[in-house]
Amino acid sequence: MTDRKKHRVLIGKPGLDGHDRGAKFIARALRDAGFEVVYTGIRRTPEEIAAAAVQEDVSVVGLSSLSGAHLRLFPEVVKALAAAGAGDIPVLGGGVIPDEDIEQLRKEGIREVFTPGTPLERIIAAFRNACEEARGSL
Amino acid sequence: MGEDILKGLKDRDPRGIARAISLVEENDPLTDRILSSLDDSLVDSALVLGITGPPGAGKSTLTDRIISRYRSQGRRVGVVAIDPTSPISGGAILGDRIRMMGHALDKDVIVRSMATRGRLGGLCAAAGAAVRIFAGSGCSVVIIETVGVGQSEMDIVRLADITVLVLAPGLGDDIQAMKAGLLEVADIVAVNKSDLEGAETLAMDIETIARGSTGDVEHPAKVCMTVASEGKGLDDLLQAIETVEAAHRKSGERRMRRDRAYDLEVLDWAVEMMKPSIIKRIESTDHDRKGDPRLLASKLLEQE
Ligand SMILES: Nc1nc2c(ncn2[C@@H]2O[C@H](COP(=O)(O)OP(=O)(O)OP(=O)(O)O)[C@@H](O)[C@H]2O)c(=O)[nH]1
Ligand SMILES: [Mg+2]
Repeated sequence: MTDRKKHRVLIGKPGLDGHDRGAKFIARALRDAGFEVVYTGIRRTPEEIAAAAVQEDVSVVGLSSLSGAHLRLFPEVVKALAAAGAGDIPVLGGGVIPDEDIEQLRKEGIREVFTPGTPLERIIAAFRNACEEARGSL
Repeated sequence: MGEDILKGLKDRDPRGIARAISLVEENDPLTDRILSSLDDSLVDSALVLGITGPPGAGKSTLTDRIISRYRSQGRRVGVVAIDPTSPISGGAILGDRIRMMGHALDKDVIVRSMATRGRLGGLCAAAGAAVRIFAGSGCSVVIIETVGVGQSEMDIVRLADITVLVLAPGLGDDIQAMKAGLLEVADIVAVNKSDLEGAETLAMDIETIARGSTGDVEHPAKVCMTVASEGKGLDDLLQAIETVEAAHRKSGERRMRRDRAYDLEVLDWAVEMMKPSIIKRIESTDHDRKGDPRLLASKLLEQE
């Protein structure tokens, strides 16, 4: 049963928009790529996402946002993780995100930012890399 | 890193608890120290509640409500939510938590999702360890949610002191579930979604079967009607749980189930531990791959 290579990630959707097609699509794609994906559903606060990430001991948190509130919400999740003693868990984010916001998000600790044009393989590879790095550093 | 986790576990730090479960799930060398560091009296006294039933019956929604009830009594609650691993990709979507997110910020509710990872025995061992870690870190109630479909899930139910089978009208699985012997493992049946048509009939059918040949005639499962999505029927359900628990403690059934669960975990570990050496033996034996594989298997087991 030793299964060290099983990657656990959390997909969360902070904010108020009610569609989670994007988040679910990524969750399924990650599952099909062999990940264990904890999905927390829509309309979560950054603190709820951070608490779930800690309890589930995931290696990576992936966020999805369509509402345009990513500039505020993604960094809040980074801060909430730090406040929960889990600042080492990397955060990746995706959604309808204008190019000019990407640099800002990276500065605020979002490790990778995906837009609707990002190929799925690149997204999955980014999750895999982040998982492997997180595990390696333990 | 190991000392940090042991200390975190001792301090009931959420991260320490979570890391400890991961290490045990991965069969890390630290497992022994983690499990032996736990307070046995806490593990012994906790109520371990199994919630099982067909997909979509409302297990997670009901679990969410049960958590609220125990929290209002001031009890700390742990949940181990098990979802199947996709046999094709080896991945899993762990979504039970969605229904329980209302408790996400409550420090005295810990939810841990677990995938079956296609291992028959190991899952029981991992889930059993998670239950102990939760109990050892102060959860006086630990709930195991699992889909009741296959044998491995049935085995998990044996980890529980009391099992609640959740059924719902219109799923079409009810009769299947009974055939699968689920009714036999149930101490209590929650007929959930009793706001929907067909609930009464379903409840009556279950009563009949529970009292009939397949069930335990002396102690037929108690049937409760619930509407988990509205929090209805919870008084009745909690009362039923309390009654069964008291009866089991008095009769010695509880001790017996705990002992059986322990032995089951020992068996799982034994099988897991034997596997590598058996695989080696198979590989190093000349055989023509004809005839009954059981014959070779028993021969290989004899050569100690
Ligand atoms: N009408 C009605 N719907 C309910 C009730 N309880 C739960 N549901 C709904 O049933 C659906 C499934 O509920 P879950 O709690 O996720 O069921 P589950 O058994 O945990 O499902 P799996 O874990 O996927 O097997 C959800 O849409 C719930 O809102 C109820 O009492 N009445
Ligand atoms: Mg569920």
